[in-house]
Amino acid sequence: MKFVAITACPTGIAHTYLAAESLEQAARAAGDEITVETQGSAGSTPLSAEDIAAADAVILAADVGVQGRERFAGKAVVEATVKQAINDTGALLRRAREAAAAHERTGAPDPTAAGPDLSSKVTQGAGFGTQLRQWLMTGVSYVIPFVAAGGLLIALSFALGGYQVTDAPKATEHFDPASLMSWAALSLQIGKASFSFLVPVLAGFIGFAMADRPAIAPGFVGGAAAVAVGAGFLGGLVAGLLAGAVVAALRKINVPRAVAGIMPVVVLPLLGSAVVGVLMFIVVGAPIAAATNALTAWLGGLSGANAALLGALLGAMIAFDMGGPVNKVAYTFAVGGLTTGATTSLEIMAAVMAAGMVPPLALALAATVRRSLFTPAERENARAAWLLGASFITEGAIPFAAGDPLRVIPSIMFGSAVTGALSVLAGATLRAPHGGVFVLPLTGHPLPYLIVIVVGTVVTAGVVLLAKQIGQGSRQRAAAPDAATEAVPATTR
Amino acid sequence: MSDDLITVDLVDLDLAASNRRDAVRSLGERLAKQGRVTDLETFLADVEAREQQMATGLDGGIGIPHCRSAAVTAPSLAFGRSAEGVDFGAPDGPARLIFLIAAPEHGDTAHMTVLAALARRLVRRDFTDTLLTADDPAAVAQYIHEEVAS
Repeated sequence: MKFVAITACPTGIAHTYLAAESLEQAARAAGDEITVETQGSAGSTPLSAEDIAAADAVILAADVGVQGRERFAGKAVVEATVKQAINDTGALLRRAREAAAAHERTGAPDPTAAGPDLSSKVTQGAGFGTQLRQWLMTGVSYVIPFVAAGGLLIALSFALGGYQVTDAPKATEHFDPASLMSWAALSLQIGKASFSFLVPVLAGFIGFAMADRPAIAPGFVGGAAAVAVGAGFLGGLVAGLLAGAVVAALRKINVPRAVAGIMPVVVLPLLGSAVVGVLMFIVVGAPIAAATNALTAWLGGLSGANAALLGALLGAMIAFDMGGPVNKVAYTFAVGGLTTGATTSLEIMAAVMAAGMVPPLALALAATVRRSLFTPAERENARAAWLLGASFITEGAIPFAAGDPLRVIPSIMFGSAVTGALSVLAGATLRAPHGGVFVLPLTGHPLPYLIVIVVGTVVTAGVVLLAKQIGQGSRQRAAAPDAATEAVPATTR
Repeated sequence: MSDDLITVDLVDLDLAASNRRDAVRSLGERLAKQGRVTDLETFLADVEAREQQMATGLDGGIGIPHCRSAAVTAPSLAFGRSAEGVDFGAPDGPARLIFLIAAPEHGDTAHMTVLAALARRLVRRDFTDTLLTADDPAAVAQYIHEEVAS
């Protein structure tokens, strides 16, 4: 049999190594293979991912907390004291063999295993660009279910309640089971609850991919801070990368062994959250607030400008950060014009909605016609993105943009700008602030408007596919990290 | 002061002490005399604290009192052999081979590897057998030095 083991004792100078030597000798005598990671004062060579993957069972002989337990999630694990590993090595190996056999029979994780198996898409030893993309894609893969669940519920609320659903009372204030509008409002509320997780989950799992479980809390906290300061999903990317970098740096500090056990559950999350939180609120938050105000003032001064140009500008802004500060400025500008009722204002509203529908639709189209340029997770997201785009839920494009921001964001900004301009030129008008295809009957010139959206979608998809091929030649594998992880087990498993 | 883990002056093949504290004190004094331990009482208290956590006696007549201590200047080993044996709490009886391992509080990893190598030797039969039958302190120091260096 093949075993991997970790030995760790309080002082880290004697029993850690005694136990390691005892296990190695006993395993050799029994014809087994074993690799031991000694978590002692002489430093430790981490078990390789290959060793862990190949092991039939994991032996933890430790009197202090084992670092990096999460690597053994889903494997047969036996735990013992270092004394047992030294004095009763034979019995311990026997237990490991039994655990491996039981694990084999049931195929289920041993109940003492470290808990649910979170996986990341990170392969060791890759270049920085590839790693960065894998970090982002790990975050994206955990965000997609929230986008799909929340987005589809919001779409359902528009389908049931029309655009006035946002004015309906909250389910907590008034809920009438017989009223369709009540159900629509409820659906909208649940969907929004799911959407409120988008940025924190994205940030949390980017951090996780970079620095393992201790970075999850700092990532979530940083993501929540990004939401609080209105930094949107781009702020979430920053928060996640910050959390990962901060925790990875903190993990490099050598701490007294007595403290090492509480590092991953207490110290790293605490310090990481504090550092990331301060950076997000102070360093990121203030400039964003200032920039938002400046953008709003600038847009206000453009009111008399050429309407088609304004449509293009707003379209680009809508696509830039999908729910982030720039998007919000453009959207608020458009909605603010509705109260005037002027034709130009209604044209602007139509342009903004078309520009917001196009990114998810275009990415769904692109992922459907050229599957190989997208990861399996992105292709899954494409299914929901069709409906989200049709419902003017621009967030449906976030998973695509977060995974490959430098190619996707400029592409959809261009496509949405074209869409915004075309919409104004087509003379489409809109009195509702949202609703997507569900408010199509309320638009002026619905047929040309629909054509504009289709044309915009096709144009944007074309630009996305072009951009995806830039610099992709050598990085084809990086574009499909899921396939890569199947071949090389992720180290965090 | 030598950089070696152990020197001839740190070997006592006729350790007279009859109990654990006396044995540790006797070997500790040798470390202090060489300047490897700056404050004997602090060091002994640290060893005792470690001993209280969990007895350091091993099967096969071995005792390994040890600690990390601010009173230690360099990773060091003092070795004593007792004819009657000293109880270090091992299940199978008193220890005839006593290894007093002293580690500095903030030793860097490179320094500590020598202690790791020593610890691994302690569970090897040929290593302990050699020490049980040796009769020359200088040879013992040389033997341990070579073993942990290899």
